[in-house]
Amino acid sequence: MIRFIVRRLLQMVGVVVILSLLVFAWLKALPGGTVSALLGERATPERRAALEKALGLDQPIYVQYWEFVKRAVRGEFGASTGVQPGTDAFDVFLTRFPATIELAVCALVLAIVLGIPLGYLAARRRASLFDNTSIVFSLIGIAVPVFFLAFLLKYWFAVKLQWLPVSGRQDPGIDATRVTGFFVLDGLLTREFDASWDALKHLILPSLALATIPFAVIFRITRASVLEVLDEDYVRTAESKGLTNRIIRGRHVLRNALLPVVTTIGLQTGGLLVGAVLTERVFSWGGLGDALAIAFQRRDYAVLQVCILMAAVTYVVINLLVDIAYAVIDPRVRTR
Amino acid sequence: MPNPLNPRGKKERIDALAATSADTSGGGVAVATVDDAGHVEESTGVSLVASAWQRLRRNPVFLIGLTITTLFVLLAIFAPLIAPHDPADPILLPEVRPQTNPIPPAREGFPLGADNAGRDILSRLIVGSRQTLVVGVMATLFGLLGGLTLGTLAGAFGGWVDSVVMRVVDVMLSIPSLLLAFSIAAIAARASQWTVIIAIAVVQVPIFARLLRGSMLAQRASDHVLAARALGVKESAIVFRHMLPNSLGPVIVQSTLVVATSIIDAAALSFLGLGNPDDRQPEWGQMLGKAQPYIYDHPALAVWPALCIIVVALGFTLMGESLREALDPKSRR
Amino acid sequence: MTDTLSTSQQHRNDDTPLLSVRDLRVTFHRSGEEPFVAVDGVSFDLRPGDTLGIVGESGSGKSVTSLAIMGLLPKRGVRVEGEVLYNGTNLLTLSPDQMRDRRGAELGMIFQDPLSSLNPVVPIGVQVTEVLERHRGMSRKAATPLAREMLDRVGIPDPDRRLKDYPHQLSGGMRQRALIAMALAAAPRVLIADEPTTALDVTIQAQILAVLKDLVEDTGTAMIMITHDLGVVAGLVDRVNVMYAGRVVEAAERHPLFADPRHPYTWGLLQSIPRLDGARGERLNPIPGSVSDNLPWTSACAFAPRCSQPIEVCTQRTPELVEDHGRSLRCFNPIQHGRPSPDADTTRGTSEVTR
Repeated sequence: MIRFIVRRLLQMVGVVVILSLLVFAWLKALPGGTVSALLGERATPERRAALEKALGLDQPIYVQYWEFVKRAVRGEFGASTGVQPGTDAFDVFLTRFPATIELAVCALVLAIVLGIPLGYLAARRRASLFDNTSIVFSLIGIAVPVFFLAFLLKYWFAVKLQWLPVSGRQDPGIDATRVTGFFVLDGLLTREFDASWDALKHLILPSLALATIPFAVIFRITRASVLEVLDEDYVRTAESKGLTNRIIRGRHVLRNALLPVVTTIGLQTGGLLVGAVLTERVFSWGGLGDALAIAFQRRDYAVLQVCILMAAVTYVVINLLVDIAYAVIDPRVRTR
Repeated sequence: MPNPLNPRGKKERIDALAATSADTSGGGVAVATVDDAGHVEESTGVSLVASAWQRLRRNPVFLIGLTITTLFVLLAIFAPLIAPHDPADPILLPEVRPQTNPIPPAREGFPLGADNAGRDILSRLIVGSRQTLVVGVMATLFGLLGGLTLGTLAGAFGGWVDSVVMRVVDVMLSIPSLLLAFSIAAIAARASQWTVIIAIAVVQVPIFARLLRGSMLAQRASDHVLAARALGVKESAIVFRHMLPNSLGPVIVQSTLVVATSIIDAAALSFLGLGNPDDRQPEWGQMLGKAQPYIYDHPALAVWPALCIIVVALGFTLMGESLREALDPKSRR
Repeated sequence: MTDTLSTSQQHRNDDTPLLSVRDLRVTFHRSGEEPFVAVDGVSFDLRPGDTLGIVGESGSGKSVTSLAIMGLLPKRGVRVEGEVLYNGTNLLTLSPDQMRDRRGAELGMIFQDPLSSLNPVVPIGVQVTEVLERHRGMSRKAATPLAREMLDRVGIPDPDRRLKDYPHQLSGGMRQRALIAMALAAAPRVLIADEPTTALDVTIQAQILAVLKDLVEDTGTAMIMITHDLGVVAGLVDRVNVMYAGRVVEAAERHPLFADPRHPYTWGLLQSIPRLDGARGERLNPIPGSVSDNLPWTSACAFAPRCSQPIEVCTQRTPELVEDHGRSLRCFNPIQHGRPSPDADTTRGTSEVTR
C-alpha cells in the first residue's frame, strides 16, 4: 500500500513537471510574449525593457524556465491586471478558492446522492419505463450547454418566480462573520443561522446547474456497472449460498459496482471546474470560475497562469486521492 | 482477461473502452489467409459489422439519432435555398432602437423576429447549421488526425516513443478540457472560426490518442496479429492493414460523440468571449453566446439557437451511444 | 481410484430418496423467438450419500437442470414445470424467501469457473463465514474458527492466512477448494457440482475430485456431479444420467454403463476418449456434428442426425425412456455388446437421415 502511494506520488511529480513545461511554453506562445502577457498590450517601451531585464528574458531559455519554476513554487505569478488589478494573482486565487470549492462540492454531492441510487434502481428495473425515462433525461442533460441550463434555471426560479436569489453567494445586506470562506459553514460555526440559510439558498440554483453533467455521468456509469455486476458469476454464487438480499445487494453487487463509479467521480472534478467557469459567470458567483472567465476576456495572464496550474494540480491531487481510495476498496490494486 | 472495468483513471477507462473493441474484432471471427503474393487477407469483422447493423436497425434510439443527424446535414447542405432571407442582411436595422427596442419582434415574413443588428433570426438559424456542422466536423477531424498520429506512433512503436507520447498525453488530460480549449484560444492574436476549431480539436487529441493506443496494444497481443507475424508479414503492413483497421471501432464511436461536444464547446467559447467575433456567417454557438446581453428581456434570442444545439448534440450522442452498445460484445445477447 | 460403490452403500440404509426430480421441464421464452425447451421431462432420484453424474455436451440441459433445482434460474422469461421434491417438499412451489433459507443450508452448489465465481473484493474468510452467519445465526467472530476448519478440510494450506486473502491471491485449484468450503460450510445434504474441474489443469482436476470424493464420503452429503467428461465421473459416481438435447437418453449404474453402453450417444462419448490400451495408430471415433444438428424430440430422436446407426423409425417417432434391469434407455436401435448393431444403416453421418 505504501509502495503504491509512493509510486503514484512520483508519477504525480512527473506530471506536474511536464505541466509546468506546458504552461511555460504557453506563456511564451502568447501574443506579444511574456512581457505583454504580464504588463498588458499598452505598456510603455521603457517598462517593457525594465521588466524584460528583471525577468531575465535576455537569459537562455532553460534559465528562464528555471526562474519561472522557482517563482511558481514561491507563488509569485505577478499582479493581476484584469480581474482585480493590482492584487497579487496568487492572492486572487486564494480568496476566491473557497467560493468555487463550496459550489463544486455542493454540486458533486448532489450528483452523487442522486446519481448512484437512481443508477442502481434503473439497473434493477432494466428496460422499465423508469429506466428508459432516466436514460433519455441523462442524455439530454449531457446535450444541454451548462451555461444555458444555468440561465434557464435563473430565468425561471429567480427572475420569473422569484423563489430564489438571482446571483451572488449571499445577500449583501447580511453582515456575516467570515471564518473559513465557506459561507454556509461560516454561518453554522458562528451560529449566524440566517446567514447560513441565505447562503444555502444562493447555492441551490448554481449547484443544480453544475450538477447536471456529473449527475448524468454518474447515473449512467452506476447503471452500466450494476448491470454488469448482476451478471457476474459471484452474484450467482452468493445466491446459491442463500444469503439475504441485503447482503447480496450490499456486499456482492454494490461493493463491486461502485468501483468504476469512484473513479468516475474523480474524473468529474475536471469537468466540474469547467462547468464552474460557465455557471459562476451566469450567477456572478465571484469564485475562481468567474475570475477565469474575466481573466480570459481581459487577458489577465497572471491570474490565468495561477488558475490553470492550480486547476491541473487540484485535478491531479484529487485523482491521486481517488486512486488511493480505490486501492482501499479494491484489493486487486492494493495487493498487486 | 483483466477486469475491463478496473478503472484507475481517465486514461485507463479509455484504454478499457479500447480493449473491449479489441475483443470485438479479435473475437472468433479473425480468419487469416495468405494469397500467393504473401499478403494476409482478413475476413475479420465482416460478421461483426453485419450483426451490429442488424441490432442497430431495430434500435429506436439509434434511428432517432440517425434521423436527427441526417436532417441536420441536409439542412446544412440546402440552407441557402431554404432560408427566406440573407442571414447577413440587416433588413430590420431601421427598427432597432438600442434604448427602447433593441430586438425587433416577430412579424410577417420574420416568424422569429430579428437580432440586435436587424437580421432575420430564422434565416440565421437555418444558415447557421452550416458553420455549426463545419465546427463540429472539422474540430473532430483535426482532433482525430492528431490523436491518430500520436496514438499510432505510440501503439506501433511501443518502447520509449510510447512512454514519451503517453506522458504528454496524460498531462494534457489532466487539464480540464474546456480550460485547455480556452488557453489555446487565448494564444491566438485574433480570434476566428479557425482558432475556435483548433482550440476544440486540441482537447480531443489526447483522448483519441489514448483510445487508439489502448486499442492497438490490445491488437498487438491478439491472435490474428500474432498469426500474421508468424506468416512473415512486414511490420508496417501489420500496423496499417491489421492493427489500425481493427482499432477503428471505438474511434468511430468516440468521433460521433465528439461532434456533439465540439458544438457545445464552441458555444461555451463564444459565451466567454473567446469565440469568432465575425458574425456575418452565423453559427449557433456564436448566436447563443452573443445573445447574452439581451437574455433576460428577450430570452427567445438565446432559446432558439440553444434548442438547435441541444437537438443536434442529442442526435449525435444518441447515435454514438447506440453504436457503442452495438459494437460492445458484452451487450450482445 | 477405488470403488466408491461399497462405501456409499453404507449410507444407503434408507431407501426413500432425499431429492427426487420428477418430470422437470424448463422452457425459455425470448421475445420474438420460439420458446426453447432446455430441459424436457427429466426425472431422477438421489438418496442420502448417493453420487449421481449428469453427463452431456454443452447445450444438453445439464446445467439448466442444476440451476432449476437450486431455484437460480432468472424469474423472467423462464418457465419451470414438474417437481423437485426435497425431503418431501416440492422446492418449485416454495416462495423465494423459503427457497433462500434452503440454499446454502440444505442444498449447496459449486460452479465451473472458480475465479469469476468468487467475489473479488471480499476476503475468502468472509465469503465462508457469511454462509454460517446466515444459516447458523452465528456472529462473524464465532464463525471464523469454523471457516478456518473448513479451509483446512478442503486442503488449503495455512488457512489462517488464507482467510484474509482475496481470490486473486489464490491459485486456481485453491480457489475451487475455497468455493467447495463455502458450499459445504453449512453442511448441506445435497451438493451440486457443475463442471467443477473444467477450468482447471489436469493435475489439479484430480486433486479437486479427490477432495470432493473424500468430503461427500465423510459427511454423507449426496452429490450431483455435472460434467461433459465421462472420465470425471468414472471414479466418482454411483449412477450416471446421460443427457442429450434436454432429455435423459441413458441412465444406469456406473459399472454397467461403462462396461456396456447401450445408447449410441453414450457409446460415442466413450469412444471419444483416447485409450492407452488401444492399438497404436487406431483412430479416435468422435461423434460427428454438434448439438445444433438436433431434430425436435417431439417427432423424432434428436440424436438421429449424428447417430452411428440410425434406422428409419428414428426420424419418424419419439423414442421413449424404457427401464429394464435398473437401466433406462431411450433408443430404437441400441448398441449390442459394445458394438454398433449390424443391421444399422451403414451410411454413417448426417445427410441421408436428415432429409
